[in-house]
Order: sequence, then C-alpha cells, then structure tokens
Amino acid sequence: MIVKQVSVFVENTVGRLADLTKILTDNNIDLKASTIAETVDFGILRCIVEEPEKTVKILVENGFSASISEVTGVSLEDKPGGLHKVLAVLAEAGIAVNYIYSTIKSAEGKAIIMMKTSDAAKAEEVLKASGVELAGADSF
Amino acid sequence: MIWNEKMECADRDTMRSVQLEKLKKTVKHAYDNVSHYRNKMDEAGVKPEDIKSLDDITKLPFITKEDIAANYPTGLFAEPMKDIVRIHASSGTTGKPKIVGYTRNDLDLWGECVARGMTMAGASQESVVHVSYGYGLFTGGMGAHLGAETIGATVIPMSSGNTQKQITFLQDMKSDILCCTPSYALTIAEGVKKVGIKPEELNLSAGIFGAEPWTQSMRDKIEEGLGIRAYDIYGLSEIMGPGVSMSCEENAGMHVQEDYFYVEIIDPDTLEVLPDGEKGELVITTLGKEGMPMIRYRTRDICYLMRDKCACGRTTVRMSRVFGRTDDMLIIRGVNVFPSQVETVIAEFKELTMNYKLYVGRENNTDTFELAVELAEGLAIEDIAFVEALRGRIEHALRDMLGIGCKVKLLNEGTLPRSEGKAVRVEDTRNLG
Repeated sequence: MIVKQVSVFVENTVGRLADLTKILTDNNIDLKASTIAETVDFGILRCIVEEPEKTVKILVENGFSASISEVTGVSLEDKPGGLHKVLAVLAEAGIAVNYIYSTIKSAEGKAIIMMKTSDAAKAEEVLKASGVELAGADSF
Repeated sequence: MIWNEKMECADRDTMRSVQLEKLKKTVKHAYDNVSHYRNKMDEAGVKPEDIKSLDDITKLPFITKEDIAANYPTGLFAEPMKDIVRIHASSGTTGKPKIVGYTRNDLDLWGECVARGMTMAGASQESVVHVSYGYGLFTGGMGAHLGAETIGATVIPMSSGNTQKQITFLQDMKSDILCCTPSYALTIAEGVKKVGIKPEELNLSAGIFGAEPWTQSMRDKIEEGLGIRAYDIYGLSEIMGPGVSMSCEENAGMHVQEDYFYVEIIDPDTLEVLPDGEKGELVITTLGKEGMPMIRYRTRDICYLMRDKCACGRTTVRMSRVFGRTDDMLIIRGVNVFPSQVETVIAEFKELTMNYKLYVGRENNTDTFELAVELAEGLAIEDIAFVEALRGRIEHALRDMLGIGCKVKLLNEGTLPRSEGKAVRVEDTRNLG
C-alpha cells in the first residue's frame, strides 16, 4: 500500500534529534516506524506517523525542513526468503528500490517494511498481483 | 561605436596632460572653497602650486567616508547652494547619509560619462533604454537616465519594482537596453520565464548592471534568461554615481573615464600606491566636478588596474571588477574574501535564507573556512542526495565567486542565533596575534 512518509532534515549536533522528538511528544505524535540516513553533517529522519500532513505542519512551524513522500508498505512473513520474494517481484517488473527499512511485529510473526521505489503505483500493482500482503500506517 | 573617440582613445601623453591641467584646477578650487581641504593641505604642508606633475598627487592627503560624515551635510561643497542644481545621497557609516551636490556642469559631465558607457553596450539615438534602477536619492536611476538622454535615446524611467509591469513595458515598448542591479535583472529574467515569454521575443540586446557584486553564474543566467550581453557599470555617489567606469564589448575590465577621474590603487594598510595589476583599495580624484570635488577619496573598494590597450580601441585605464570592501575583508589562505561576495552567492539560491554565518579557523597551519546557512522554510527535503547536490552547487558557486574553497553546512531555518542589531556574520577563531 502506498504510505505517506515524513522526511525531516536534522543537523548532526548533540540534542538536535531530542529537539525533534520533544516536538513529536508534545504533540502526541507516535512514530510507527523510523530510520535515519546520515552523513557527517546531517541526517534525514524518515518516519511513518498517523497524520503525516499535520506532523509536517508542526515540524515546519518549529523550524525543521520536513516533507512528505510516498513509500510502499509491505507485510512479510518473518522467515528466510520473505523479503526476497518481494524484491524478486519488483526486479521482475523493472522497479528500482532506493531504500528499505523494517519494523518487526513479533506477536504475529510478521515484519513490516517500508520501501522507496522508482514507481510507487506500479510497485503496488505488481506486489498485489503476486499476492504480497501490503501494509499501511494502521498495520503497526 | 565610441562616444568620444578623442578622449576615450587619446594617447597616454595627451591624457596625462589633460589630467594634470584638470588636477591643478580641482586642487585649487577645493583649497580655495572648502575649509576641510584647506586645513588638511595646510597640515600636510602642501599648497595647490606644489602640484606640478601628476605624480605630485601623492603629496595630497586622502579623504575618507569619515571626513564626509564630519562635514555633514554640505561642508564639502565647493560651490554656493544657488549653483547646486541637484542633490543625491547614499547611506553613510554613522547613520547620517552622505549628501552630494551637483552643479549644472557636473550633471553634464555625468551624462557624458554614462553616455560613453552606454555606447559601449551599443546604445544609440535609436535605442529604447529601460531604466529599472531606483529613482530618487540613489544615483542609479537618474544617472542611467541622464546618460540615455545625453545620447538621445528614448528613456523609460521605470524605477524598480512591479516586475509584471516591467515585463509588459519591455515587451510592448521593444526596449533594447536594460539598466538595473544584477539581482533585479535575475528577477526580471525569472518573471519573463514564468509568464512564458521566450528571450528572443524580447527586443533586448544589452543590459547595464551595477551597484552590487555578482557572480559569473548570475551573469550567465541573466544573459541566457533575457537573451542579452551583460555589461558592468561602476560608480559611487560620493564621486558622481554610475558611469565612473564601464566594461566594453571585450568584457575585459571597466574603462575608467580618466579625463574625469584620476584613479590610484593603494595598500589600505601602508597607504602606499601600488603598481598596475596589484589588488588594493581604489582611490579616486575627481577631475572637473565643481559641486563637491573629491581629492584622493578612499573608496574602500578593492580592485586592480589594467593599462594595456584594450581590443576595443579605447586607451583608457581599466579597473577589474570590485572584489569587495576593505571594511569587512577577510584574508583566508592568502586570498581576500568578502562576506558581501558570499551573500551574493547565497541570494542566488532559492533553497536558502539570507541567515548565514562564516566560520574561519586554523587547523594544522591551514585556514579552515566554513559557511553555515539556513534552508528556506518549507523546503521539501526527502533524501541525502538532494541535500548533497544542493551543497555541491553552493560550494561550486562559492569557489566561482571567491576563488577558494568553502565548506558548506546546511541548517534548518531558525537555527542560527538572531541578533538584535547588526548581524554578526563572521566568527574568526584564528589567533593571528
């Protein structure tokens, strides 16, 4: 399923990420899933939240550069070959994967992954057709 | 076309004898009519009669912005107010403006200088000159206006602002020459693109840009966006206004109107006159201005002079572009760097705000140089590649402008400390004592 992901630019200074999480906490925003891509000077926090538009608005008001992009959410069997099945489908369809991050949902033996692909709509279509279970912000 | 071939292409001896005659007159006029000059020259033990050759100019004291402030408002005027027909002003260092007065002859002289410059850009009686410099106390608008009228071109006194209206006039009046600041030219170019007009649909052939530093990439964007050749014009209100010098079609420095302005380059620390080709502070002596003569005025602008003959045929000395001002100059890895240059680069990026800070330090005996700048509010940043590409473009533009590398650090909007008064833009932690 196509999921709206929030990306936030964060400087690499002590406490900066805590500034960000404080804003989320104060506004009662729950991070369903998150990852940080980093360089020496800065990082980009990518996260899944329930209300992405509202979250971006709050972050921008607080001086963060934040934006929304579309990623594809997939629910996998948490066992060997689970991820491969999905990637094989995408490769077959000629869809590139830019990055992936995952959250384990151990109670149900499932792993939920978020993928940024070169074509979100097509990715959803081919994954659905191959019987892959899709996941959204409410799947967590 | 050359507006005044006799003066602009004069041989060195002719030019120097014209300059000497005018210098003698100027010094005597100033000494007789302005107490500041009289006092300073008396202190230095020099009389107008002591000026026997051009080289004797070094005997004369300098005049500075502080001197102008001390003589506010009209203490440096050398003519009675009944003969002053125009006032201009620019912002001064102490908060009080610098007031400049022009006689009728001064305005004619100004018109002549700008006419020479505009002719370099191809202006003629047939031209329609669109002036988007501000009109008013600022010399830009009325200076360009005067030059275009002297040539006999059709002048459109647009002044600045209301870009949509500017574009309508450019289109409907088929203007061929645009005069404005480079940054405003960029705004007009963007506006033209936005409304879907192709550069070739405009009749513009040249732009005369000045009053602020600009980068090669800005020049390229303006030339491409408006389909024109860009020319540099230099001037300052204390001396006259735009037209002191201007670049010709060779784009090889700005030709100084030497029969009206005697230029020297000095070392701002030792005050020694430097040879041609060496970078230093530009010092100007007006030759012929009556209302407010300036003798050895320290402009604080850093540039160098070129005296070899220009391919355009003019023999007048050329000055390089202005690299910055002595006031805020930093020397980093032996290169002169000015915050104003960095600001010009930042202004080119829509992705950035003008909130920035420069950090200069020293590691392993090498200067470190870093620019921290805030990202524009609401900028959509999704991945590292976007940020890295942006940073790469900024670093490239900085190197293009400064001639040395500068590391760029991008920050979220609102991260840099805000100051109440004048922003502290530079933090230099080198211990050079």
